Amino acid sequence: MNNNHSILIVDDELSVRKSLEHWFLEDGFEVATAKDGNEALEQLQDQVFDIYLVDIKMPGMDGITLQKRIMQIDKDAVVIIVTAYASVDTAVEALKNGAFDYVTKPIDPDDMSHMIRNALKQKNLTEENIRLKEKLSELNPKAKIIGESLEMQRVFEMIDQVAEADSNVLIRGESGTGKEVVARAIHTQSPRRYFPIVAVNCGSIPETLLESELFGHEKGAFTGAQYRRKGKLEMADGGTLFLDEIGDISPKMQVDLLRVIESRAFTRLGGNEEIHSDFRLICATHKNLEQLVEEGDFRKDLYYRINVFSIFIPPLRERRADIVPLANHFITKYAQSMAKPERTLAPAAKELLLQHDWPGNVRELENAIERAMVVGKEEEIRLDDLPLQLKQENADPDKLSLESMEKKHIQRVLKEMDGNVTQSAKILGIDRVTLYNKIKKYEIQR
Amino acid sequence: MSVPIYFAAINGYRPEWAGALPTRLEQCLPFPMHRLNVEFDLKLFYAPERNQYHSTLILAQLLKHLPDNGGKIIGITSVDLYIPVLTFVFGESQLGGRGAVISTYRLRSEYYGLPKDNSLLLQRAVKEAMHELGHAFGLIHCPDYECVMNSSTYVEDIDLKQDRFCRECQKALGVQCE
Repeated sequence: MNNNHSILIVDDELSVRKSLEHWFLEDGFEVATAKDGNEALEQLQDQVFDIYLVDIKMPGMDGITLQKRIMQIDKDAVVIIVTAYASVDTAVEALKNGAFDYVTKPIDPDDMSHMIRNALKQKNLTEENIRLKEKLSELNPKAKIIGESLEMQRVFEMIDQVAEADSNVLIRGESGTGKEVVARAIHTQSPRRYFPIVAVNCGSIPETLLESELFGHEKGAFTGAQYRRKGKLEMADGGTLFLDEIGDISPKMQVDLLRVIESRAFTRLGGNEEIHSDFRLICATHKNLEQLVEEGDFRKDLYYRINVFSIFIPPLRERRADIVPLANHFITKYAQSMAKPERTLAPAAKELLLQHDWPGNVRELENAIERAMVVGKEEEIRLDDLPLQLKQENADPDKLSLESMEKKHIQRVLKEMDGNVTQSAKILGIDRVTLYNKIKKYEIQR
Repeated sequence: MSVPIYFAAINGYRPEWAGALPTRLEQCLPFPMHRLNVEFDLKLFYAPERNQYHSTLILAQLLKHLPDNGGKIIGITSVDLYIPVLTFVFGESQLGGRGAVISTYRLRSEYYGLPKDNSLLLQRAVKEAMHELGHAFGLIHCPDYECVMNSSTYVEDIDLKQDRFCRECQKALGVQCE
């Protein structure tokens, strides 16, 4: 009756655990039991359950404490407290803490049946709500892209131009500029919007895993492949495949990918069956692909395939008009998620944000605002609420220490030389080893 | 598949209306049906604070009377049954196991203040016995409200369903109801 639903029964009495286990097995549940809170929490390390039936009085951790711990791990958990008449007050406390309901022992079978049915309804509604919210935000992608600068208006125009077409798109820009957000905006304005957009970060996955991630595998294709698994290429059928950090893939993967892009056909690892997938390809990179092609590190034919339409997202330092609107957007976002009142930017803080070069781009700005929302106590976000590093880097040069000056100068030179240590050392008039030592000492990111 | 089924009257509980019960079960469970009389001291399983009898323990006792030939046993009693965490049960079985027990206590119209109706009682007992045997054969509750494997927590639920397995449950059991 309740196929695919799981329940964890936590009760110190064996006879109760057995009776309930039997009752729920007959109802088609996947049932797990635990004799106390610790055993229940151990089981939660492996899986979460659809419903938790928790006895209120147990030796060691009581049901109320366990309920709190469960809800820390699984915030949408449906917890039903089982209690004796004598402890109804405590059960009411459990309800205040977010328990779904409570039931008194011995339980009327009909009450139990209704409660479980309602609990499953609630669980399904919660899950549906989450899914719908995700869908809704996907359908309204422009709400996520903040940009008042002329540069971003140009990006929006390009998104509009290319969305309807089915061409492959290459999105370029430094890390943290929002390449994936732009990819999602293209997808949700395209005719493929009712199918999934499947994102893969090629730079963060080792080559062997990336292969299985993209192409999927058959059962037994390699040690640990216990089941057949669909790859992302297959999952993107009808929709969009977004390959982030495409400049990081190995020469072998470049060949494999080129073949798939040309034929839209592939086989799973360890399989023979040819699988066809109809997807639109959007790639992104922060690397200079032309240079990689020139140096022989990236295939020219693949480069031409993916670079049918190119969108460049300028770094934040080149579109300073977006800094304050973005900061305000993140203030609203974190005020909502942290359930805090909205705050404004104090003039000095605003000035600092506008002066900063934002090497980490929008992501760095978001992190700075999130931090400020966590630590700040006043109505305004003040200079003190912003990260220390930001303040040091933008401090008045006349008041900087010698070390800060040195760090700032090394950073500037490294940035101009695209992180090339040999060339930077030459300009700085020091040898490479000394420069490496200073990079390490000042924790400079290249 | 031919699984002998032992229909056991607990302590000689063989009311006249129940004579047709094993035959009615055979309509959907076409297996050799044997009638048994099992005797044991029910007082051992009596809970005075609840004025009820522990069905799991009765079932365990019943299983001692089951011949070791791969068959299944279903016991019938008139006493009110319970399992510790629930207020009552109409019956209990071992899911995919060797036996089941049912009680007629809460199947009687008199229990609900209505006139005695042995014909209705037989209907209910047939459905309850078939339901518990279905569990013993490994079936779980069925969402089809007319199927005998539909879950029943009220006697009215039992009246709503048919005394037969739905197509899906018949298929799962490998039987055809007449």
